[in-house]
Amino acid sequence: MQEITTKELNYLRRKALWVWKETLAIHRRAPETRLASSLSVIEIFVALYYGGGLKFNALDPLDEDRDRCIISKGHGSICMYPILADLGFFPLEELNNVCKTGSFLGGIPDPVIPGYETVNGSLGHGLGVATGIALALKTKKSDNDVFVVTGDGELHEGANWEAIMFASHHKLDNLNLIIDNNGISMLDHTDNIISHSNLLDRLTSFGWSCVEVDGHDIAAVQKEILKQKNTANKKPKAIIAKTLKGRGVPGLENASLSHIMNPKPELIDELLENLTDSPLEDK
Amino acid sequence: MSMKPLPMRDVFLEKIWLEMSVNSSIFFISADFGSPVLDKIREDFPDRFINVGIAEQNLINITAGLAIEGYTVFAYAIAPFITMRCFEQIRVSLALLSEVRPMNVNLIGVGAGYSYVVSGPTHQCYEDITIMRALPNFQVLSPADHITTSALFDSCVATNGLRYLRLDAQVQPVLYPLELPVPSDGFHLHKKGSKVCFIATGFMVHTAFKAAEEINKNGFKVGIIDIFNLTNFSKEGLKKVLESYVAIVSFEEGFSGRGGLDSMLFEFIAESKLDLKTLSIGVDPGYSFELGSREELHEKVGIGIQSSLKKIQPFVQSVTHKFKEQ
Repeated sequence: MQEITTKELNYLRRKALWVWKETLAIHRRAPETRLASSLSVIEIFVALYYGGGLKFNALDPLDEDRDRCIISKGHGSICMYPILADLGFFPLEELNNVCKTGSFLGGIPDPVIPGYETVNGSLGHGLGVATGIALALKTKKSDNDVFVVTGDGELHEGANWEAIMFASHHKLDNLNLIIDNNGISMLDHTDNIISHSNLLDRLTSFGWSCVEVDGHDIAAVQKEILKQKNTANKKPKAIIAKTLKGRGVPGLENASLSHIMNPKPELIDELLENLTDSPLEDK
Repeated sequence: MSMKPLPMRDVFLEKIWLEMSVNSSIFFISADFGSPVLDKIREDFPDRFINVGIAEQNLINITAGLAIEGYTVFAYAIAPFITMRCFEQIRVSLALLSEVRPMNVNLIGVGAGYSYVVSGPTHQCYEDITIMRALPNFQVLSPADHITTSALFDSCVATNGLRYLRLDAQVQPVLYPLELPVPSDGFHLHKKGSKVCFIATGFMVHTAFKAAEEINKNGFKVGIIDIFNLTNFSKEGLKKVLESYVAIVSFEEGFSGRGGLDSMLFEFIAESKLDLKTLSIGVDPGYSFELGSREELHEKVGIGIQSSLKKIQPFVQSVTHKFKEQ
């Protein structure tokens, strides 16, 4: 497989930075949104949507010839709003209306948003439904893939593990799970709740083809997405992406209560105004 | 269709098997639950029969994924498990998602009411009507014999939608030897009566017939309605039938006063501005570990012939003012 070029990498990094800024700006306008969990997953979504791994059609979001992307971590995907708008799923101006009366962009995304496939507000549903979709695509002999992005906290829901067992038994190698492993759910670090420290071993022992990456190394994430997509090994696949919740925002980053913390508007203004170099690089 | 009483589930599965042989867009998903007829489906359609194992949440999730990809799905398990173990999956990825993604899903729950007689309260099911009718976009179908079950099948394939079928696990007598039930009506007036009408669903239609026989010995003539679609019946049609009565008695093999058939009818009566007195024959709310025949269990919880007659006789007397002295 071809290595990513510097030009491509710079393009992805610029997009990631733009999404980071837009996500902060959305939260500044709509403080009801969850910020921290949207900041850990930016490079994952940018790699998927801009890196050539995911086949989509913004003008016809339910085009039969698309890869299905199930965004299971509902609250933590506000960063998808600027991505979908930028790619033409809906007008950019809609980003000004998040959480406002009449808008389709809520505090938690719903499948009325072009580009969202399923209901994601309640956690732990995406992987199971994605598994059913993967089975359907196999039966149709479709070449399209299914991607599903979950948080690590929602993997505490047992239904995920029913799907994990099912997917390997049925050799669903068109199913690609990406875990935004930021290590924090709402009240605490997952290590203090039910630890996920050995996710790789767990998934591997369940018959999945797994790899761990730095979820903020956009080149590494993109490379793994393309590699997995092009591997037909009769195993479902998982990328466990180590990330930082609240990334780039002082006080929020990796704080155990970051999920429910709202940075002060002045801090967001300061961050957005003084942003010259990407705070997301070379950490 | 055979006039010899048959198991509802086998009649329904036979129809699915036939349809699967001409329609490649049907999946049958089971949560490790079988039947002799199901063996034919397993053998003849190994790619479209899936056993998810003892995993009802996944049963529903897999069903939802297949359904939004355009497959018609029949999902199959024991009634309390396919409704209550996975209720949020049903709510989120079927009822809610179907608002924006068209789908055709039929949940088949076997073991309505006390049909798993000796298996106890985990396998018996007294809450399913209540919780399933709470969900918008779902039809709750509750046939009383295999003829009705068979008649309901066609719409399950022909039209998109979400349906929950609660089937009895035991063979029940045929209620429709001549006239077939009309699925779009959702109910059937078996016997026209005067003053009092019995409205029953599932197994309890048979109880209603027996109770009517007893009551009628005292010079009454009660009407009997089998309601087999508890959500999408013809409201106009039922209103028209009930206008000539002064009272109804509801019969269900589910908890009384907890949102089941009785609540549905009381809401309907209020909404339709019908002037009817009401009596609910349903399971006294509570759980029991006692063993006995279905009839014995029914007597203990207030829905057997004798225990319901104790409530029905004074009710009929009071609403008609002409109950004969025994």
